[in-house]
Amino acid sequence: MQKGRRLVLSMGLAAIAAGSLAFAQAKPRVVKIRAKRFTYTPNTVNLKKGQPVTLELTTEDIVMGFNAPDFKLRGDIIPGKTTALTFTPDKTGTFTFLCDIFCGDGHESMSGTMVVT
Amino acid sequence: MTMDRRTFLQLAALGGGAVFASGLAGGAPMAPGSSYDDFFFVQLSDSHWGFNGPKVNPDAAGTLPKAFAAVNALSEKPDFVMFTGDLTHTTDNPVERRKRLAEFKEIVSKLDVKTVRFMPGEHDASLDNGKAFIEFFGPTHYTFNHKDVHFIVLDNVSDPAARIGDEQLAWLAGDLAKQPKDAKIVVFTHRPLFDLAPAWDWATRDGEKAIEMLMPFQNVTVFYGHIHQENHKMTGHIAHHSAKSLMFPLPAPGSQPKREPVLWDESQPYRGLGFREVEAEDKGTKFDIKELPVRA
Repeated sequence: MQKGRRLVLSMGLAAIAAGSLAFAQAKPRVVKIRAKRFTYTPNTVNLKKGQPVTLELTTEDIVMGFNAPDFKLRGDIIPGKTTALTFTPDKTGTFTFLCDIFCGDGHESMSGTMVVT
Repeated sequence: MTMDRRTFLQLAALGGGAVFASGLAGGAPMAPGSSYDDFFFVQLSDSHWGFNGPKVNPDAAGTLPKAFAAVNALSEKPDFVMFTGDLTHTTDNPVERRKRLAEFKEIVSKLDVKTVRFMPGEHDASLDNGKAFIEFFGPTHYTFNHKDVHFIVLDNVSDPAARIGDEQLAWLAGDLAKQPKDAKIVVFTHRPLFDLAPAWDWATRDGEKAIEMLMPFQNVTVFYGHIHQENHKMTGHIAHHSAKSLMFPLPAPGSQPKREPVLWDESQPYRGLGFREVEAEDKGTKFDIKELPVRA
């Protein structure tokens, strides 16, 4: 009887572990962000700490940059292509992302925020 | 009794000016009574000619001429003037860009200083990789020697991605290979070479490579622009000094969510705008910086 209970408990722990593994290996959530001079749409992105996310970045006009220095995350956004950046937020808070390829008058205000809860 | 410029500047500071002493590692202290071949230059930066924003600067067309008048009124002529970029404000229109550069060149001819040197900022050069700037002012990176100081002008703006680039870094390595380790070196850049505020794009993507190349040299000082305010920072023994703007000030790095220009204050017109004298002392291993305002 005691042996049976131990077996059930082990199986339960195994299931929990498998569940955790499944979560850790979960397909990243996809967030699409469109850039055009001098905005990102959306310019506020809500994310969850520990939940992987893929940012799919496109530009509607010229080459843009996407840089989120707090997560050491950056990429060039080329017209006609999708730039995919996958990461897992490891801290909560409000973090800036910005265009780091000079794109004209208004470049300095081209930024957005990632809110991680 | 004679007074050297350094003493004069220190006394001037007591009278309301601001003097910042930039000591460089490796510089031997000057013995009392010793003489040196001192000189000074003027750094001007970020004039953004063509900018239009009355709430930020209602005297956009008048500020630069006022600064030039102040330089011309200095009691001694500087050995040279250095403009550290953003001479003009950016525009998408190549014709308008050249018009602004031409107007700037015409105004700068009013400076009563024999030698005036230029380098671009991202507003001058990033939209056409420096093409128009070169037409008016020549190369975007170069070196020159003055007295016993070796000056290096680095371009970290013609690439819109804020990179110096491998080609220019190789050129820098070649130039430094010819310098002794105790050479007196001054570097001019537009953007900071270090990560001052990456979230505000106040950085150079490969600036760390340039700093690594400069580290073996005992006497290096960097003067730059871009951030529209004074900032003094050491990376190891290398001092970095940013200059004020001649159009609008910007907030302190990271002090607010966005890097919006500081609005004009009617009670303190031209607040935060200005230029600086840089005095090379002690055979060029030490620099005294005196900040000077723009006045109505």
